[in-house]
Amino acid sequence: MGLGVYFDNYIYVLLFMTLGVALPVAALTFGRLVRPNNPYAEKLTTYESGIAPTGDAQVRYHVAYYIVALEFVIFDVETVFLYPWAVALGQLGWVGLNIGLIFIAILGLGLAYSFKKKVLEWN
Amino acid sequence: MDLLYMTIYSVIILKLMLAGVTFSILFERKVIGYMQMRPGPNRHGPWGILQTVADVMKLLMKEDVIPRQADRAIFVLAPVIAFAPAFTVYAVISWSDTIYAADLNIGVLYFLGVSSMTMLGVLMGGWSSNNKYSLLGAIRGVAQMISYELPLVLSILGIVILVGSLNLRDIVYFQQDIGMWFIIPQFLAFVIYMISAIAELNRSPFDLPEAESELVSGYHTEYSGFRYAFFMLAEYTYAIAIAAFATTLFLGGWLGPAFLPGVVWFLLKMCIFMFIWFWLRATLPRARVSHLMQFSWKVLIPLALLNIVVTAIIKVWMGW
Repeated sequence: MGLGVYFDNYIYVLLFMTLGVALPVAALTFGRLVRPNNPYAEKLTTYESGIAPTGDAQVRYHVAYYIVALEFVIFDVETVFLYPWAVALGQLGWVGLNIGLIFIAILGLGLAYSFKKKVLEWN
Repeated sequence: MDLLYMTIYSVIILKLMLAGVTFSILFERKVIGYMQMRPGPNRHGPWGILQTVADVMKLLMKEDVIPRQADRAIFVLAPVIAFAPAFTVYAVISWSDTIYAADLNIGVLYFLGVSSMTMLGVLMGGWSSNNKYSLLGAIRGVAQMISYELPLVLSILGIVILVGSLNLRDIVYFQQDIGMWFIIPQFLAFVIYMISAIAELNRSPFDLPEAESELVSGYHTEYSGFRYAFFMLAEYTYAIAIAAFATTLFLGGWLGPAFLPGVVWFLLKMCIFMFIWFWLRATLPRARVSHLMQFSWKVLIPLALLNIVVTAIIKVWMGW
């Protein structure tokens, strides 16, 4: 694959990205011409099942969401390491396989530990 | 290949994608209608074929209400952020042997990386609305999407190990060479992928972020008119993209008996995935949030890791 063809592929990516942004922007700008605009105070209040909203929406939520986010970061970095290993496994042979299996075993241990610590429970 | 040709191709894909979304919404409503022993939409055009067009026209002419309490800049930006990555992933999808755009060597990684940005739009929309329902829906949605992203990404690793390439076209050619679709040797991965894809798409029975019975309509409660339409469009665009990705990975892409062109086979296989999702929506009740989160971490991720280990050992053993 020549360098020119290589960059052509990324021009496609850029084109799709541009269109993906341009479509909503164009449609919403065009929509301004056809849609009515009649805001008043009652209409602009926050929806809370029809009654007057109480307080701010920045409420406290369960700490479990924070723990899930932490677990996700750990395991997502792990998958980033596994992808190049998976691509090259054909050339790495038995040595590469053993190293990869040790890596996955350590991760499995980590998952088992968080399982035992009841981090994964949702109540 | 010059720039004009590439631009025309991208615009055509955009138009076809919009048509695809229009008819998959109709398809969904018809399928669920027949499954519930009612005709579904049948007023606009023959067989209700213009129903979605009418809906879009209506949404276009509705007032665009932005609540006073909302964080205006982010509120306006969120539908764009939700839609753009869902369409950008179409660049790597190879519709047939000859119809494709970007032939990236990192196709799988590109698809997964870009598509996961959709959840940013969900979080921005829910957070900036300054509405309790929206915030809870968005937080739930993001927790669910990141939890199911891991089994989704890990299940594909089995295929990457067997093929030894991240190029989507190479994956299809490999399936041609071994004369077998990956749904057979990687059946466990296929099941994990299907379950996580439904959760990624926030579709029923995992549609907790927009559970009507408890959260009004989740992260897009405050959205109206065309901004709301773009959240819906992003959801269906992403659904079609995931169906196309699954077709490439597990059902051999454009491969099929020669009496139909490859692109027709590709679209038919995509329709099977779409139909399964609509079927599940008509069949299963909504899962509980605690069950849903535990299922990913306790069942799907260990199974996906097991699949990787077994696949890697077989790969080195057989010396493919």
